Amino acid sequence: MVKNKPALKLLSENGCDVKSNIVRMPSGLVEEALSKVPSSFKLYSREGKQAYTVGGDNVIYNPGSAAIFFLDGETEEMRRATAEDFRDLVRLTDALPHIHAQSTAMVPADVPEDISDLYRLYLILKNSTKPIVTGAFTIEGLIDMKNMLEAVVGGPEELAEKPRAIFDCCPSSPLMWSDVTCQNLLDCAEHGIPAEIIPAPQMGATSPVSIAGTIVEANAEFLSGLVISQLANPGSVVIYGGSPSAFDMRYLTARLGAVESVMAACASAQMGKSYGVPTHGYLGLSDSKAVDGQSSFESGMGILLAAMSGVNIVSGPGMQASENCQSLEKLVIDNEYCGTAYRLIKGITVDDTTLAAELISKVGPGGHFLAEKHTRENLRKERFMPTDVLDRLSPDAWTKAGSKDTMQRARERAKKLLKEHTPEALPKASEERLETVFKKILTRRRVTANQLPVL
Amino acid sequence: MSEEIFSELRDAVLFFDDEKARALAVKALEMGIDPVMTLEEGLAKPLREVGDRFETGEAFITELIASAQAMEAGAKVLNEEITRRGVNRKSVGKFLIGTVEGDIHSIGKNIVATMLTAAGFEVIDLGTDIPTWTFVEKVKEYEPDILGLSALMTTTMVKQKEILGALRDIGLRSKVKVIVGGAPVTEAWVKEIGADAIGFDAGSAVQVTLRLMEGS
Repeated sequence: MVKNKPALKLLSENGCDVKSNIVRMPSGLVEEALSKVPSSFKLYSREGKQAYTVGGDNVIYNPGSAAIFFLDGETEEMRRATAEDFRDLVRLTDALPHIHAQSTAMVPADVPEDISDLYRLYLILKNSTKPIVTGAFTIEGLIDMKNMLEAVVGGPEELAEKPRAIFDCCPSSPLMWSDVTCQNLLDCAEHGIPAEIIPAPQMGATSPVSIAGTIVEANAEFLSGLVISQLANPGSVVIYGGSPSAFDMRYLTARLGAVESVMAACASAQMGKSYGVPTHGYLGLSDSKAVDGQSSFESGMGILLAAMSGVNIVSGPGMQASENCQSLEKLVIDNEYCGTAYRLIKGITVDDTTLAAELISKVGPGGHFLAEKHTRENLRKERFMPTDVLDRLSPDAWTKAGSKDTMQRARERAKKLLKEHTPEALPKASEERLETVFKKILTRRRVTANQLPVL
Repeated sequence: MSEEIFSELRDAVLFFDDEKARALAVKALEMGIDPVMTLEEGLAKPLREVGDRFETGEAFITELIASAQAMEAGAKVLNEEITRRGVNRKSVGKFLIGTVEGDIHSIGKNIVATMLTAAGFEVIDLGTDIPTWTFVEKVKEYEPDILGLSALMTTTMVKQKEILGALRDIGLRSKVKVIVGGAPVTEAWVKEIGADAIGFDAGSAVQVTLRLMEGS
């Protein structure tokens, strides 16, 4: 079902069977769309200096979105997220080495609803150079956000040539495209913006309870979006996304941390790979409300399996309470798991140097390897170096250091990074252009400066 | 005689048999049993029992929904006759419900609507993706005791706030109690937007609504 007129027109003109808003697509059209969509693309940092390949088995982690709650690190209370919380999350993400992209991860409560989608992008552009995973809440929202990005990078050609942001366009399971998200998809295609098509089936509720059936349904949703996008502009970048959850039949919640959800997200990405399309998954999040054992296990499971499945864009770190809450502490902990996952997929290097047969006989029985050049030379290649967020102390040293648990250590690291890390400032010319565009948007939407939070 | 039909209808609701519920409703009418009583004793009562078992964790939502559908199948037949005769089922209150603009999710809203019907409410369901202004217009038109606003997504729940604002602006807020529901909705959100209550799930939505009615 497609609830968007321009898309219906496009589909009907191209041989689809359209009855009111129910669309049936000929298989040839789907195959043609698959033959046109790029298998990979490059996503750039704010100033276009760094390029990240989205495709193959590359993995890019970014914070999950869009949470309305924030876990206050001081009080450990889950409360509505503010613009200041979000700015902190952006700066922290900018500082964390294993989270390679930003995301508009929260909906701040203290920003007028009309502009809350684009205000988040504004905060990211001012506080980080990392590439961005985002999305709009309205049709106009996407166009305004595109204009803001163009202002920062210097124009539409530059943005289309070197995309800085991916926009999420989500079908509504089962088998529907709303007017807004479908128009977002069309606008992405028209302006050369990479679109991430993310079906979010709740297994047992909005898709079959079986994982296989859920993948069949989500795949149909993806393919319908793919066809719409390729008809609008052949060759435009589309990402095969997924946010499946196990719908809990007792508490009516969407369990993103359930093993079935993780399996479905990874399997979905494998479908994308089989089509040769870049992939995405909501993985690395937890249903737990506290930063605790459950949150670590569920997030770690998602982060590791995402890496092993070669999911290209992994949205999840920092997020808990299903998709409802972001936490700086959890983001800091998940960053360690992401580092761990990168180490895991690097695998075990087996060659003459790493086998080290000569070295073993040289050191001989009863010797040690600590002073060997081989150890010094290979330590950093072989080992993932965690920070002190992961406890590696002796029992005595741990007691002396204050017997701190993971949450306490993560809180300290988050505070330290926020205090010490200064994000690279937006170049003067870019900033001026962004402010001009932003002011125009505010005027047009009748939002005055005093309605915005002071940061 | 009627007791026997009620017992069979009860089984149809408890064992999710839409067709049987419909056929039994027709049979009850043919036998001349009062449709209002059939609706209450044969359909609403067993569904409330399933609702209670859901609350205690003995039944799952998949069973509650299937029972609700069986009840609806039978209720459709009975309601047509009730309307034809022009009699009124005794109503606990009038409830206007819909999913907010931009959100086309309906499962949660529908189950709440059915459970409220089973609890004796007159339910007017506006459907999904309902613009703020339509909610306001319909509140004016139907003058419900309670307005229920459903939103599944964090990105659409802001519409609940907008609707409450619009009701206040037009001076209708004091005329209707507002209950909000949906996965992302919390007590704090209820406070923030100035709603009256939250329905966490189908079961609690009914209890909360009944409590709101007592208060009004």
